[in-house]
Amino acid sequence: MVIRIWSLFKKDLLLELRQKHSFYGILLYVASTIFVLYLSMPDSPSADVWNSLFWVIQLFVCVNTVAKSFLQESRGRMLYFYSICSPVEFILAKLLFNILLMGLMSILSLLLFYTFLSNPVVEGLKFFGIVLLGGASLSLVFTLMSAIAAKAQQNAALMAILGFPVILPMLLLLMKLSKAAFGEVFKEGAVLQLAGLVAGLDVLIIVLAVILFPFLWKD
Amino acid sequence: MEVPHLHILNETIRNLYFHVCMWFGMMILFIVSFIYSIKYLSSGNLRHDIFAKTYAITGTVLGVLGYITGAIWANYTWVTDQSQSLGSILKEPKLIGAAIAILIYAAYFVLRGSFTDMDKRARVSAVYNIFAFAMLFPSIWIIPRMVGSLHPGAPGSDSGNPALSFNDIDSKLRVVFYPAVIGWSLLAVWITTLKIRIELLRDKDLISK
Repeated sequence: MVIRIWSLFKKDLLLELRQKHSFYGILLYVASTIFVLYLSMPDSPSADVWNSLFWVIQLFVCVNTVAKSFLQESRGRMLYFYSICSPVEFILAKLLFNILLMGLMSILSLLLFYTFLSNPVVEGLKFFGIVLLGGASLSLVFTLMSAIAAKAQQNAALMAILGFPVILPMLLLLMKLSKAAFGEVFKEGAVLQLAGLVAGLDVLIIVLAVILFPFLWKD
Repeated sequence: MEVPHLHILNETIRNLYFHVCMWFGMMILFIVSFIYSIKYLSSGNLRHDIFAKTYAITGTVLGVLGYITGAIWANYTWVTDQSQSLGSILKEPKLIGAAIAILIYAAYFVLRGSFTDMDKRARVSAVYNIFAFAMLFPSIWIIPRMVGSLHPGAPGSDSGNPALSFNDIDSKLRVVFYPAVIGWSLLAVWITTLKIRIELLRDKDLISK
């Protein structure tokens, strides 16, 4: 099972490496959005503004990055996967790949934010961890949403409609959590509790994906 | 009925019979809808899909009503001086959570509307309903417990309920409150069963017994 998940994962990675245009497309998207922010924002936005802008950008980057994970699979190819592997393996490979991709994008947009906008983050390492955790959570939710939206025909718009209300609680938690890295004082253990909550939600989403995806899969 | 006369609340305290009970009803209906979605996925019977859909619709209506009654209540109790607008007050974590809950179900109906094939619609929307219900919990049960708010039942009160602390309700209110919870829920269930019967009649030919 692990071997098959690995080979599906490798297949996604190879596809991404061979068809570089979509990858570069997202890179350009990230860079240009942040550059627009740089042009339109005052020189050093306050920590709160910086934080909320960062997460909003992450949200949209995630929508654009993860959306295509199910859209690019043609009908025939899906049928082929159906015959060679189980749905659980397939969704796990997709989740894994999207987490990796989103992690990469998160790091990139973090670097760009540091370069173009000022750097109000006090505890860089902690914020880095939160960003990775947040990127993983966002991509988990949107992978499942993309799987659902792929079943309906008007994909991209529907995915935004489905995903945004569902992602909001997660995003609120992440924004609150990341304030810890901006030097805001939290109650003893509250940061760990929040991080635990986000991680718990991630686990919940993975479990739901494993349970529910087989129903989406058969047609 | 006699009600306790409290500072600020005054006669608006009677809104408890509407506002709180509607949220109770909404939650109950969403749970029922969730259960029918699971039943649909395990059985594949289209009846269960109709049940899940109609319970979600009535639940959302109750949720909207609960939000409106809450906003009216806030207008009379939370607005302290004239310069404060209601809009700025409604930016409360608990109200945001409630709005998210309604939005999630609105998205559920949009998803349903985007399919033409009945079986596919039933299956995919059941999956979304289960997932949405799971994400509902952080937004209305977990986050409100962690942040301060004007709304009753904020952190610090050990009532273990994000919306109100049960110890605060006067026994004179309880006389009406408990029947009202049951009454609103049953009213909603009754409306739902009517709608279900209409739908079942309409799709009589499609649904296997």
